[in-house]
Amino acid sequence: MENNRIIDLQNISIALGGEQILKDLNLYINDKEFMTLLGPSGCGKTTTLRIIAGFLAPDTGKVIFSGKDVTNIPPHKRQVNTIFQRYALFPHLNVYENIAFGLRVQKCREAEIRQTVTEMLSLVNLKGFEKRNIQSLSGGQQQRVAIARALAVKPRVLLLDEPLGALDLKLRKDMQVELKNIQQRLGITFVYVTHDQEEALSMSDTIVVMDGGVIQQVGTPIDIYNEPKNAFVADFIGESNILDGIMRDDLVAEFAGHRFECLDKGFQKNEPVDVVIRPEDVDVVEPDRGMICGDVTSVTFKGVHFEIIVDVDGFKWMIQTTDYVAPGAHIGIFIEPDAIHIMKKSRYSGLYGDYSTFSDEIEMLSDVNYEKEGDEDES
Amino acid sequence: MNRKSLTKTLVTTPYTIWMIIFVVVPIALVVYYALTDADGHFTTENIFAIVDYGKTFAVSLELALISTAICLLLAYPLAYTISRMHTRRQSTMIMLVMLPMWMNFLIRTYAWMTILENNGLINRFVRMLGGEGFRMINTNGAVVLGMVYNFLPYMILPIYTVLTKIEQSTIEAAQDLGANRVQVFRRILFPMSVPGIISGVTMVFVPAVSTFVISKLLGGGKTFLIGDIIENYFLGNTGTVNYNIGASLSLVLMLLILISMAIMNHFDKDESAGGML
Repeated sequence: MENNRIIDLQNISIALGGEQILKDLNLYINDKEFMTLLGPSGCGKTTTLRIIAGFLAPDTGKVIFSGKDVTNIPPHKRQVNTIFQRYALFPHLNVYENIAFGLRVQKCREAEIRQTVTEMLSLVNLKGFEKRNIQSLSGGQQQRVAIARALAVKPRVLLLDEPLGALDLKLRKDMQVELKNIQQRLGITFVYVTHDQEEALSMSDTIVVMDGGVIQQVGTPIDIYNEPKNAFVADFIGESNILDGIMRDDLVAEFAGHRFECLDKGFQKNEPVDVVIRPEDVDVVEPDRGMICGDVTSVTFKGVHFEIIVDVDGFKWMIQTTDYVAPGAHIGIFIEPDAIHIMKKSRYSGLYGDYSTFSDEIEMLSDVNYEKEGDEDES
Repeated sequence: MNRKSLTKTLVTTPYTIWMIIFVVVPIALVVYYALTDADGHFTTENIFAIVDYGKTFAVSLELALISTAICLLLAYPLAYTISRMHTRRQSTMIMLVMLPMWMNFLIRTYAWMTILENNGLINRFVRMLGGEGFRMINTNGAVVLGMVYNFLPYMILPIYTVLTKIEQSTIEAAQDLGANRVQVFRRILFPMSVPGIISGVTMVFVPAVSTFVISKLLGGGKTFLIGDIIENYFLGNTGTVNYNIGASLSLVLMLLILISMAIMNHFDKDESAGGML
C-alpha cells in the first residue's frame, strides 16, 4: 500500500534549545485517514506537526509528501494547512476576508472567492457571519472560522494542533463530532494533536502514542486500548492496573500471588512481564469465590459506576463496578482470561498502574501541566 | 452628595485645576493675543500677516515631512527586528534605543554641532585622509539630521509596541495559507501595525514641525523654521517683540497640526486593530 501514503516521515530527529525533542522518528500517514498524535506535554507531538507544516526543519531525516521530498520546502508552498491552538485569526479582517485570505494570496477571481467562502461558511454553520468582526465572535465561532479558512484553500492534509483545547466540555464534544463529519465528507487527511485520550479514542482511525520524543505505539483506537504495548500506553489510555508478573507457560500468567489463565502466548518460560487489567474487566465476587481477595479502601460514585480501590497484599487495584460495595468490606476478585493483557517489560515498567497514591488531587495537578504546554509550545 | 462621588471629586479636582491653569488658560491667551492688536482691540490683521511667512511654513512642513519619512523608514525595520528577538534581548535593545533620551536634548544637539562643524570631527578626519572637507553645519540637511536623530525613538517605540502584540502564530497562519514574505508583510504585518505607525508619525511630526532649537543650532540662521520666527516675536532676539503676530503664528501652526492628525486618524479608521492613540 506504499502509494496510499500521503506523508512519510523518515528518521526525523530535532533538538530545540539544546533539548532533544524527537529521536529518529519514523511515521507514515495514509491518504484520507484521521490520525491522532497523542501524548503528554513535551512528548514532541506539536513539534512533529510543525515539521509536517514546514515551520520547523528537522536536524536529520526527511519529510516525504505524496512521493516528493519536501523537507526544505517553506510552509507557503506546501499543500498542508494548519488549525492553530488559539486559532490565529487575522484580527484586522472580518470573517469573510479571513476565509478569503488564502484565495486572495493565490490571486483567485472574485466570483470564485465569493463562491468558496459561501460554501465554507455553510460547511461550518456560520451562514450570515460574513461581515462580522473576529473579536465579536465566541471561542467556538472563531474555531469554525479557523476551520473554514484552512479548508478554503482545499488542502490535501489538515493539521490540527489541540484545536478544541480552549473550548468548554459540551462544545468540545459537539465539535469532535462535527470535525469527524467534515473530515469524512471532504475525504481529506487529518493529523490531529491532542493530550486528551478520550478525544483521540472517539475520533481517530489511527492513534500514535508518543512520549519523550519517541513513538510508543501506532494502532487503531481498539488496538491501543486493548493491546497496549507497554506500561506507558496502558496507563495513558484509560485506567489500568499494571502488575508485575511472570509468564509460567503459554496461556498461564502468575501475578498477585496467583496463577491466572490468559490468552497470551509466545513469551519465554518464566519471563518477567507486565500484566494489564482494565478496572472495568474485574468482577467483584464473594471472598470464597474470588481468585484473590482484598479490602476496599475507598469508594467513589462516578455516575455510571462506582470506582473502588481495593488493597490486595499491599497493591491497590482500581475496580469499576455497578454494584455498591461498602468501604472496608472484604471482597473477592474474579478475572476472566480475556481480561488479562500481557506486555513485555519496558523502561516504563513499575512506573505506572498502582493506585496506592491515587487521588483526585493528583489528577488535577496533571491537568495543570497540560495547560502549561500551550505556552511552552508557542515560545 | 454621596461618599463615592465626593471621593471622585476630591481625586479629580487637582487635575482639573492643573489642566485649567496650564492648558486652557495658555490656549485662551494665545487666541486672545492672536486676535487683538497691541492696544487690545479686536483685529484679524495678525492672522492675515502670516501670509508673509507662507514660505517659512512651507520649509517647516517640508523638513518635518522629510524627517518623519526618514524616521519611519529607519524605525520600521528596526522595530520589526527587535520585536522578533528573544524577550530578554528585546528589553536590552529597547533600552539602547532609549539611552540617548537620558541625556539632555540640548547637549546632544550641541554634540552634533561639534561633529558637523567646518573644523569638526568629520571634516578633520576627511582632511587627515587628504580630502577637501565639506560644509555640513548650517544646511537643511543638518537640520533634518538633527530632527531624525532626536525624534527617532518616538517612532520606534509605538511601532515596536504594536508589532510585539502580533503573535508569531498569526504570521505562521498567513504563511500556512500560502503567503510569501512580501504578502505576509503587505496583508498582515503592515495593516496590523498601522495604529503604531500613526502614533509614531504624530509623535515625530508634531515636534519636528514646531522645533526651533534644532534649526537654530544646526541650521545656524540659514534654515529659518516657523518655530524660530515665533520664538523671535516673543523674545525679540533679532527684531521687535510682537506677542500678537507670534500668537497668531502659533495658532495657525496648531490648526495645521490638528488637521494633519485628523487626516492621519482617518487612515486608521478602516484598519482599526487596536493601537496606541
